Amino acid sequence: MADTVRDPPPDGTDFHELEDGEELFPEPAAAPEESQPASLPAEDISTNSNGPKQDLLFDDDPEDLFAEATEEVSLDSPERDVLLSDGPSPAITPITPPTSVITPRIGHAHDDMFTHSSFDEIEEEEGGDSFDIHISVSDPEKVGDGMNAYMAYKVSTKTSMLLFKQKDFSVKRRFSDFLGLHSKLASKYLHVGYIVPPAPEKSIVGMTKVKVGKEDQSSNEFVEKRRSALERYLMRTVKHPILLKDPDVLQFLESSELPRAVSTQALSSAGLLRMVNKAADAVNKMTIKMNESDAWFEEKQQHFENLDVQLRKLHASVESLVCHRKELSVNTAQFAKSAAMLGNSEDHTALSRALSQLAEVEEKIDQLHQDQANGDFYLFSELLGDYVRLLTAVKGVFEHRMKTWQKWQDSQMLLQKKREAEAKLQFTNKPDKLQQAKDEIKELEGKVQQGERDFEQISKTIRKEVSRFEKERVRDFKMIIVKYLESLVLTQQQLIKYWEAFLPEAKAIS
Amino acid sequence: MMEEVKEVTSALSVHGHNIKITDVVKDGDVLTFVIVSQKLSGTGEYHVDRTWDDFEWLQQHLFSQEDVPGIQGVIFPPLPAKANGNTSAKVIKQLGVLGLGEWQPYVKALETFLQLVATHKILNKNKAVEVFLTSSDAPGRQKVKKNIFNRLSQAVEEMRKEGHKDVDEFFQTERDHNLVLTGCTKTAAEKFLDMVLTEQKIAVACGHFSAALHLCVEPGEDPDKKAFSRLCVQISEVFNSMKKNMTSVAENNVNTLGLGLDQESRYQEAEKEMLFRRTCKLVELENATRNAEKAKPVKKEAMEELKTATKTEFQEICRVAKQEIKQFQGVRVKMLQQALVQWCERQLLTAKESADQFNQHLQAFREMTQ
Repeated sequence: MADTVRDPPPDGTDFHELEDGEELFPEPAAAPEESQPASLPAEDISTNSNGPKQDLLFDDDPEDLFAEATEEVSLDSPERDVLLSDGPSPAITPITPPTSVITPRIGHAHDDMFTHSSFDEIEEEEGGDSFDIHISVSDPEKVGDGMNAYMAYKVSTKTSMLLFKQKDFSVKRRFSDFLGLHSKLASKYLHVGYIVPPAPEKSIVGMTKVKVGKEDQSSNEFVEKRRSALERYLMRTVKHPILLKDPDVLQFLESSELPRAVSTQALSSAGLLRMVNKAADAVNKMTIKMNESDAWFEEKQQHFENLDVQLRKLHASVESLVCHRKELSVNTAQFAKSAAMLGNSEDHTALSRALSQLAEVEEKIDQLHQDQANGDFYLFSELLGDYVRLLTAVKGVFEHRMKTWQKWQDSQMLLQKKREAEAKLQFTNKPDKLQQAKDEIKELEGKVQQGERDFEQISKTIRKEVSRFEKERVRDFKMIIVKYLESLVLTQQQLIKYWEAFLPEAKAIS
Repeated sequence: MMEEVKEVTSALSVHGHNIKITDVVKDGDVLTFVIVSQKLSGTGEYHVDRTWDDFEWLQQHLFSQEDVPGIQGVIFPPLPAKANGNTSAKVIKQLGVLGLGEWQPYVKALETFLQLVATHKILNKNKAVEVFLTSSDAPGRQKVKKNIFNRLSQAVEEMRKEGHKDVDEFFQTERDHNLVLTGCTKTAAEKFLDMVLTEQKIAVACGHFSAALHLCVEPGEDPDKKAFSRLCVQISEVFNSMKKNMTSVAENNVNTLGLGLDQESRYQEAEKEMLFRRTCKLVELENATRNAEKAKPVKKEAMEELKTATKTEFQEICRVAKQEIKQFQGVRVKMLQQALVQWCERQLLTAKESADQFNQHLQAFREMTQ
């Protein structure tokens, strides 16, 4: 398995360098490196990831559409629309999975991972190294002052997997690093059908408060919310068997220094949504409609449409619940205060004591309400929010499949035209032109074949991904509801303790 | 319709402590209560239908007993306000916590009113009480003549008498104490109501979530789909249990401590009104005394007579008031204790039931394969 880097990719590889970056994304791609085959990166990349190269490209990007601080992006806002850099499309850096591109790290077990000729083989080998990895994001720490300040988070990994150099290690990362990671993963995997988990949303309001040093409850809540979201994001990413082995992911988790992602043009869910809508429009304008010979895809797409609507409803419902729960906490605290005052004003000793006890019990109950509100939020609300965002990535891969199909059809149509043109040229006396036509036809035939292969591959990948998604979904929801129920039981047990302690006090009056 | 109350020589012919309101019927805007009282002779019960207007008729009769000495020193059992709003929001505004719980606490409050009146040694001698509890015809609906207890007549300048310094330390202390306590109790009752209303909102939100989860159920043989659908149904049941729990918690609150605080609050107000009446009489006495001193000889005798009469009235009021206050303190502490104990017991029961319920759900989830 030593012949790791090969160029050009062998026939076994199911992926091909994308030459027309602009087909995938609305913005035109202008970089010159586009037309080069997979061999290029193998020569240029000295480290084990696509990272540095990409950063360079991003640096060239004239329009930094996503500065550190952008406006709040809600689940529904369609404004954020550019997904990747305007200039060189990330398609330039070899988008093919690590197989053909990455120079393996010498001496590490990584070698074994990247010598496979296809993802299929990688996945089959998963069984060998069982999934055992736990990532936590902790210790948010403000670094710097004023508007240049940022939060640094400790990312700790505990694992027994051979994939990693150590068993227990940690690094410091900032939010833009996460966005940078996601951006790289999205550019490599989304368009070939992998559901890449979306990164947490940006928030200008939240971050500004933190930057200016507001140490109040709302900015603390914001940091905690973000910390939790980053943790879930990483766990979801590494749970994906392919993404886990991506060198960018490994570098993110292990490297003490990470090159700064300059333009963090993360694929926000809102941006994806916009892309999906644009693609949908394009599809409607297609003269030849996609012949959905595979009913499975049609059915799944419909299913995800429905699921999206339902999840949003559920999310809104839980948000309302969280809101009321917080309100209850406030009301309970106020009642506790009024009961304490009543106890103080009361002359009758036993009654006074009982009322004071009542006030204390209510204060404790208030704490329970707050904990429950957090449970509601961090367990359910964030879960549902994560899934709504995840569904946009799911929709995205379905759209990519359509685009892949379209590309294949376009090539076929072009081939047809060229063949007709060639046939006509047969009767003219222009040997040069004829030869050129024949050459073009040969090239196009290759393209058509590749197009078909791409389409089949993305279809296959999506099927697997959807199955994985659906299994994950059941696991995730089950895990959350179990945690939630545990908290509910605990709350009731606490209440029982409080009431049992209060009862004798109440009975002792008069 | 009775135009005149017949003369009844003996006191009440029924027991006062176990008067019950067994039923309440709503017809449009009007609530009709069925009141059952036990005959003293042990030979049976009286069942009568009364509306809130009938209660008010009774109260007005009690207020207008000017010939009973010291009547102004009585702490009149408080009658809850009339419920005539056409929306539940309006009713809650009128009645506070009594507007919740499907009239249960409201009925309890009316019951307590009747029990307190019927067991009051001065008040239960009034024939109106007997008529109210035993007459098969509804008492007259005519408005009784205006009386000293009609709050509307207490003009603004009267209100400043509230702060008038007392001549008796016992009463001064009681007035100060009552002032603080009425304020605190009212606030506590209001905050409690806020809590209950939010609990109800949470119950509704849980119900919505539970219903919304059912929409996620999809038909199909696909095992992953089936697993998710099943999960959604089960999570829906959890939230349904949460709704039941919160509804129970709110109900318990309303029927025990909510009612108790409301009762206490109105009772404190009743004491406040009595103390105010006494204070007004004190001011009257002080004025009469001053007038008698300053009177010119021709008026002097009349003024002295007035002063003496006022003094007697005042002393009677003080005598009755002292008894009433003692009685009142005993009753209110007992009522609050009962409310607190019941509240605690019911919430404890609900918590135990809910813990069991949630545990069952938890076990079911843990045992789920896949």
